[in-house]
Amino acid sequence: MADELILEVVTPEKMAFSGKVEEVTVPGSEGEFGVLRGHAALLSAVDIGELNFTREGKKTYFAVNTGYAEVTSGKVTILVETAERSDLIDRERAKRAKENAEAKLSKMSKEDADFELIRAALLRAIARIHVAEKS
Amino acid sequence: MAALKDIKRKIVAVQKTKQITRAMNMVAASKLKAAQTRLENFRPYAIRFMEVLSSLALRVDAENHPLLAVREPKKIRVICMTADRGLCGGFNTNLIKATERFTRDKNKEGKEVELIAVGRKARDYFRKKTRLVKDWADVFGKFDFTLAVNISNEIIPAFIKAEYDELYVVYNEFVHIAIQRPAVIRLFPLPPIGKDEDVDPVRRIEYIYEPSDEILLEKLLPMYVHVLVFRALLETSAGENGARMVAMDNATKNCEEMIQSLTLKMNKARQAAITAELMDIVGGTEALAKS
Repeated sequence: MADELILEVVTPEKMAFSGKVEEVTVPGSEGEFGVLRGHAALLSAVDIGELNFTREGKKTYFAVNTGYAEVTSGKVTILVETAERSDLIDRERAKRAKENAEAKLSKMSKEDADFELIRAALLRAIARIHVAEKS
Repeated sequence: MAALKDIKRKIVAVQKTKQITRAMNMVAASKLKAAQTRLENFRPYAIRFMEVLSSLALRVDAENHPLLAVREPKKIRVICMTADRGLCGGFNTNLIKATERFTRDKNKEGKEVELIAVGRKARDYFRKKTRLVKDWADVFGKFDFTLAVNISNEIIPAFIKAEYDELYVVYNEFVHIAIQRPAVIRLFPLPPIGKDEDVDPVRRIEYIYEPSDEILLEKLLPMYVHVLVFRALLETSAGENGARMVAMDNATKNCEEMIQSLTLKMNKARQAAITAELMDIVGGTEALAKS
């Protein structure tokens, strides 16, 4: 068990990824962290950002939404609301979403009820664009 | 002869109806399949989520969280979930009736009930009778997890601010393609999280928590609400298509029956017309022979 690392990326819509990997980098809420095999048990919140893992020497990138990550011996389970692989991201749409959110935010104050929602949308768009550029 | 033509026209009309109901049946069948797949795909997420939540609940005292706060239930909110469209048998009516029954029962206990509608049929029905706190219509055509998040973002803050004391969801429980059952679940206060003592021994080991376990639980509980709402949405959507499939299948069968009986009627009418014509000819020749 301990000499391999299995990664599962689960979203409400589908199992985005499941398989053996060598290394995972997770956008934790307290900062990015890497997981190699034999990592100590860990439970961490996941923020909007970039998730990547190495499989047979090749890196794959995902743009993920909030959720959490659980590390037990030999297994990493990532539960997030959405996970998009870098080559499946619609860059144009992400750019439009970013501009849209920026325009809305510029007219708002921090006290607005929707401020946090729009800010999250902006962060998601930025993460998507960032990840899309890696493919 | 006019009767014969009328029957013919009617048969053509019923045949056209049959074509439509059969097409709707097939569309519903494929949508049902998609909805069932979504339900299945959601299961791993829900199961893993519950595992982590209950293993976390083992360690942290969750009872004090505002989402689990039990108050004297004076004001109650009920979410009624129905489909957006009709033509699915008694599906929507059953859900609306279940909501009304539930509301009446709670009113009898002297509690104030407010409604939230999800789905156009629920909104259209209830907004004529009462004021809706909030409604979502035309959402089932294409929905994803965001809808569950949006609904949760509406109901969570209001519960924490004690604008109401209990929240119930009337939704459709997807038992089987042919069996749809309205069900009521209590969403708030959240049911105590099962402190499953037989959790996987792997999960018994000490975790490192990032951030602390309390904050983590605070983040996970709203997600728990998303999971519950999304599940209800998925089941309702699958149920709608199942109900439509069955309703349209019955309609197609009824059309066939009607065509059959109309054809029989038409043949009889044609037969009668031929007989009448023959009688005329025979009567004519007989009259000629006599003269």
